[in-house]
Amino acid sequence: MSGSPGVAAVLGHANYFVTIFLLMSGLFIVIARGNLIKKLVGLGIFQTAVYLLYIAPGKLLGGTAPIISDKFDVYSNPLPHVLILTAIVVGVATLALGLALVVRIRGAYGTIEEDEILQQESGTAAEDDR
Amino acid sequence: MSVAPHLPALQVVLPLLAAPLTVLLRRPGPAFVVAVAASWCALAIALTLALQVQGDGALSYAIGNWPPPLGIEYRVDALSSLMLVLVAGTASVVLPFARGSIEREIPAAQHYLFYTMFLLCLTGLLGISITGDAFNIFVFLEISSLSTYVLIALGRDRRALLAAYQYLIMGTIGATFIVIAIGLLYLTTGTLNLADLGRRIGSDGGTRPVLAALAFLTVGVSLKAALFPLHQWLPNAYAYAPSAVSAFVAATATKVAVYVLLRFYFSVFGDAQVFARLPMAPMLLLLALAGMFAASTIAIFQTDLKRLFAYSSVGQVGYIVLGLSFDSVSGLTAAIAHLVNHGVTKGAAFMLLGIVAASIGGTSLARVRGLGRLMPWTSAGIVLAGLSLIGIPGTAGFVTKWYLVLAALEAGQWWLVFLIVASSLLSLMYVWRFVEAAYFREPRRDIVPAQVPLSMRVPTALLLALVVIFGLDTTFTVDPAVRAAEMLLGGSR
Repeated sequence: MSGSPGVAAVLGHANYFVTIFLLMSGLFIVIARGNLIKKLVGLGIFQTAVYLLYIAPGKLLGGTAPIISDKFDVYSNPLPHVLILTAIVVGVATLALGLALVVRIRGAYGTIEEDEILQQESGTAAEDDR
Repeated sequence: MSVAPHLPALQVVLPLLAAPLTVLLRRPGPAFVVAVAASWCALAIALTLALQVQGDGALSYAIGNWPPPLGIEYRVDALSSLMLVLVAGTASVVLPFARGSIEREIPAAQHYLFYTMFLLCLTGLLGISITGDAFNIFVFLEISSLSTYVLIALGRDRRALLAAYQYLIMGTIGATFIVIAIGLLYLTTGTLNLADLGRRIGSDGGTRPVLAALAFLTVGVSLKAALFPLHQWLPNAYAYAPSAVSAFVAATATKVAVYVLLRFYFSVFGDAQVFARLPMAPMLLLLALAGMFAASTIAIFQTDLKRLFAYSSVGQVGYIVLGLSFDSVSGLTAAIAHLVNHGVTKGAAFMLLGIVAASIGGTSLARVRGLGRLMPWTSAGIVLAGLSLIGIPGTAGFVTKWYLVLAALEAGQWWLVFLIVASSLLSLMYVWRFVEAAYFREPRRDIVPAQVPLSMRVPTALLLALVVIFGLDTTFTVDPAVRAAEMLLGGSR
């Protein structure tokens, strides 16, 4: 490969850099945002980044679907893809449940901002001692 | 065709199939019968498997007859059979209790869905305990977690919704960390079978991605196990969930997470890898001690009994992880036996609080004043569970504290013995908060205790009896724990 070995190393691991960047952005949004929906968006990005971590190494350049044929001798690994199919289903279920909870929270508190909800809570905390 | 060879699969499939059946039935009565039948069958299967494992050693079941490591393997050994019995046993006791309990806490239209979610949660927890496949652990973990979020959100208080949401965020982050760890392991070894992973990592010598996987896994599972300081989701979740849910989840969910930690540390990474190459032992020790002291101290200042016992759970997870950090047979014995002993104790404690809530409408310390006179048996039960949390001789909690102290002395760390005793004194203080309110205060005039059905009192008494029995006779707790500990340490040496 031409060019300096450092550049080659970075480009060769491009998928990992993208994965880590997305992971960190997602986690940051979950922690930094007070809006319950935005938190779920962050969580979605965080989970999706992991899909990339699995899928990218399963693909080989020039590789084809793993159906044995005389014309091909390089195959992609299908197992990570199948695993991530499961993880996607889990992610969708989590998101759906999270959104359903946000709908119920809005019904109960009238807001989806975390700080406003906590403010209401500090008011009700005193009633606990009844 | 005989059913016996397929018991490991049926262990998980039975509650999994019963769950949609309860949805189809729609009426609470039949759904209840199905749920109880499924959980009792699960317990019978778990006990049969435990006896088989005790007799002939570990069982391996190839799902769909695809031989491991290519196919998914269900593996029952000394440790997983103990977890299966704990999970199925707790479900079998809590479900009959749940009927009377949810009648007072959940709208009637949602009762059948409660049983569905309960069975799914049971499926997930059983699945984590029995599977020998890393990715399968994640899938079952999410089945149990998603159903737990729903169960918590069923609580009467609107704060239950918030608690469920917070648990969903934290739990998903934890589960995603676990997937990252499994992904890194798969990328380096090319296998997902736990035993196969252990073999391949062992010869590999532990590359950097493997160590990164270890770190991700530790953080992810610690979140699920509510190891201090990753416990923030737990107090609210336990406090605002319906009583039956608190009892089941407190007795099993964090315990199964610790089981995953044990499984990965000792069967996959190997204790040499975990404890020699990374400073895991001092780190776990420190977090365990911090949890034991900080959470128990916070528990003392709670004004609601459910929250008080929830914080106590965080402290008790500390004891379990403390035993794990010794990396010795006696330390692991203490940890594994405490999984069972604390599970039984906390299950009984939350069921008793469920009875209190059903009878006088709340569990705040201000409400339970004079409870010793109003409900003498229930109060005595709570005190008994409290004694087990402190570790008084004659209760289940004492047995594990005893083994923890032995493990600390064996490791030559006598100062830890003082810390274990000191943290028990903190437990004494939070239990005293209840004793003071229940026995040294006048009952409130405006509270008339309602009658609580027998279906709630009998299962609770059963679990309380186990707290005493496990304190006096260690055949069913410590003996299997010793076998499991020797298996875990023997596999890697």
